[in-house]
Amino acid sequence: MERGITAFGAYIPRIRLERAAIAAAHSWSFPALRGLGKGSRALASWDEDAVTMAVEATRGVDAADAGSILFASTNPPFADLQNATLVAAAVGLAGDVATADLAGSLRAGTSALLNALRSRDETPTLVVAGDARPAKPGSAQEMHYGAGAAAFRIGGGDVIARLIGHASRAEPFVDHFRATGEKFDYYWEERWVRDEGYLKIVPAAIKTALDQAGLAATDIAHFCMPGLLPGIAVAVGRKAGIAAEAVADGLAGQCGDTGAAHPLLMLASVLERAKPGERILVASFGAGCDVLLFEATEAIADYQPRRSVADALASGRSESHYTKLLSFHGELGLDWGMRSEGGEKIALTQQYRAREQLATFVAGECGRCGAVQFPQLASCVNCGAFDPLRPLSLRDEPARIATYTADWLQYYPAPPLYFGLVQFDNGARVMMEIVDVDAGGIDVGTPLRMVYRVKSKDPERHFHRYFWKATPVARQGD
Amino acid sequence: MATGIRDKVAIVGMGCTRFGERWDAGTEHLLVEAFREALDDAGIDRSQIEAAWYGSCMDNVNVGNSAIPAAMALRLEGIPVTRLENMCATGTEALRGAAYAVASGAVDIALAIGAEKLKDTGYGGLPVPFKGTLNSAWMPLGSAPAGFAQLASAYRSKYGISKEDLKTAMGRVSWKSHRNGVKNPKAHIRKEIELDQILRAPMIAEPLGLFDCCGVSDGAAAAIVTTPEIARSLGKADPVTIKSIQLSISAGRESGTGQWDGSYVPNTRNAARKAYQEAGIDDPREDLSLIEVHDCFSITELVTMEDLGISGDGGAVRDILDGFYDADGKIPCQIDGGLKCFGHPIGASGLRMVYENYLQLQDRAGDRQLGDVRYGLSHNLGGVPFNGVAAITIVGRHGD
Repeated sequence: MERGITAFGAYIPRIRLERAAIAAAHSWSFPALRGLGKGSRALASWDEDAVTMAVEATRGVDAADAGSILFASTNPPFADLQNATLVAAAVGLAGDVATADLAGSLRAGTSALLNALRSRDETPTLVVAGDARPAKPGSAQEMHYGAGAAAFRIGGGDVIARLIGHASRAEPFVDHFRATGEKFDYYWEERWVRDEGYLKIVPAAIKTALDQAGLAATDIAHFCMPGLLPGIAVAVGRKAGIAAEAVADGLAGQCGDTGAAHPLLMLASVLERAKPGERILVASFGAGCDVLLFEATEAIADYQPRRSVADALASGRSESHYTKLLSFHGELGLDWGMRSEGGEKIALTQQYRAREQLATFVAGECGRCGAVQFPQLASCVNCGAFDPLRPLSLRDEPARIATYTADWLQYYPAPPLYFGLVQFDNGARVMMEIVDVDAGGIDVGTPLRMVYRVKSKDPERHFHRYFWKATPVARQGD
Repeated sequence: MATGIRDKVAIVGMGCTRFGERWDAGTEHLLVEAFREALDDAGIDRSQIEAAWYGSCMDNVNVGNSAIPAAMALRLEGIPVTRLENMCATGTEALRGAAYAVASGAVDIALAIGAEKLKDTGYGGLPVPFKGTLNSAWMPLGSAPAGFAQLASAYRSKYGISKEDLKTAMGRVSWKSHRNGVKNPKAHIRKEIELDQILRAPMIAEPLGLFDCCGVSDGAAAAIVTTPEIARSLGKADPVTIKSIQLSISAGRESGTGQWDGSYVPNTRNAARKAYQEAGIDDPREDLSLIEVHDCFSITELVTMEDLGISGDGGAVRDILDGFYDADGKIPCQIDGGLKCFGHPIGASGLRMVYENYLQLQDRAGDRQLGDVRYGLSHNLGGVPFNGVAAITIVGRHGD
């Protein structure tokens, strides 16, 4: 059976930091940043990382039958603890799924996609890339970088885009790098990166891919290539012979560059408007390049992503506090007071015992009285029966606020801490954090949906633990 | 059918420290201060105490685990001393342990003592709690006011009250307690506050502002209990007796099912029903002379008026604004200032509430003495409305 892209999903954090606010904060030292101060960039909240964003993107894709999952990021939360496994657990993949992390390059996402597309597996592969790169305060990267994730289901069946050509180049060309254990990228001069890097390495690979498919550059309807250099996609396209109108929007205005996820996010965005038969070229650059050439199929005409890039872009919440970015990224040590002291050591034994409850938000349904309950204790919350409970995830269950407050006293990295009793339609009730609350936005009865987030971070041992939180349903179909 | 402990246990001595920022005193000193007052009041010697229950909530700012440090502080040698903890209802639990020991005939004289040294944390508000390894993995770690503030959201929604009107009634609760606290020399906060200042205070947990929250204090309180017969032999001609002590605890139904609307405290209703039954009280609105309730936050006191069956459901706002619970109202509430102004050293609070009722019954309450006191109710909550403990104690005179 022909393998190709059968579904995709996207996620972009709701916080959109106005670039003008970043530039204004640095105007005393780097007034030139003002020139980059247009639009806004997505900012991962304190409780979002590459894994949580990947989970949210993946929830837009039906992938219960996936035989493997590839997770790509240049900034995964764990250096040794497979991030793909965390994503697989959260989205409820079977325990026998094959998992792998790809990292260490901005090409990690496209390489994962290429691997999956070229695989001969009978079962579908889930490819998910999530990234949020920290940037040095005052750098151009701080203006450019964003945060986001994209997930693709690669398999047979209703293929919406098929791979018709590809090429890769491995070149020890160091436009930027980040040594192991370092926090920030180090960049070389832009003019050299453009002239010797992008403009020489990528067009040659594009030609290889086009030749494979027997196509000319003018056959390309959409050209997706991330890059921080101004006009770099247009310049590479021109050199390769691709029409300027075919160059896809880099999503800078509302999102910013999402690292290893960005070529995938741009591809997803293009697939949302591509017509059957159109050819889409995706290129990513980093110590060489990957080029993937796709053709949209007839099936794309009827495909509607559940979690589209367009919706993700539109669901932003404008933020003008630059210090929020610094604080979330650990670059500003605010005085959070004594209540923030003494982080709790997380019992990994308990974490494992309750892994399904915590990772997949699995509640239990009582076989005697039918009460759905979380957490699953050793007897029913309603009738007291000691019978085992039937597992049932609350991830996608509609819910409403029963009680709530905004807590300004307790330490919380993004105050206030909103939390309250969440009443699910199926009868379950859980005390939960409520995140991404708009000003004056919640009350008893407000509809909620569930999102996967960092529950807490151990400041000493640096373990992140994850759990589900509730967020107001922003609009119909969200 | 159990007959309960009505009139089986007399309180012969009580003690209570001044509550507040007791920079001068550690938990041991506070314990001794309350203990000595109780011994003097009872007119007994330390050696006559046959068993003791010591309550404290926080391990990290007191004397640590077990009853040993308390036994050392009080030099209670060679007798059973038990340390217990049931969150903010700890003080009432200590009294229950001692009272049941006497009622059972196991001992003649027992001590209940509770203390908390909160001002060793270095910050305001209660210490950050630890909820256990499983709960910490999923439960939001909110502050105490945030747990109770949620009552307000549900109460408002249920009765269709505007945020402003509910906030005003809550403010009136605190305003009244501040007026009462001025007359209590042992109270932590002795200052009247204008309603307008209460309403404009900084937000702690919406809709609770600073003055909707009780004081966080150091202090200790103690009770010495025995049988009514021994009480008389000790010279207490008309002894104060316990009419009932009842507790109710959450087992998950409030926080884990849709069976509760969040606007009241089911534990209080359970405990009150059983307490009235044990004490033989038919109509609390008519029968109770005064009440000391767990006003950790203004909204808690407001809903408690309904949970105790004194105000009708949805009727507390009206009663509060009408002054029904004021010092000169039908049932004065927090005549000693309550948690709000007397203060809230957790392990001591349940006993402190009984202390006020005990004094009022004996006409020993000084400037704040009420006339015609027959039954005093104290209501002591632990935890939060959705996961908590409610403890109710009713005291009166023996045979009355």
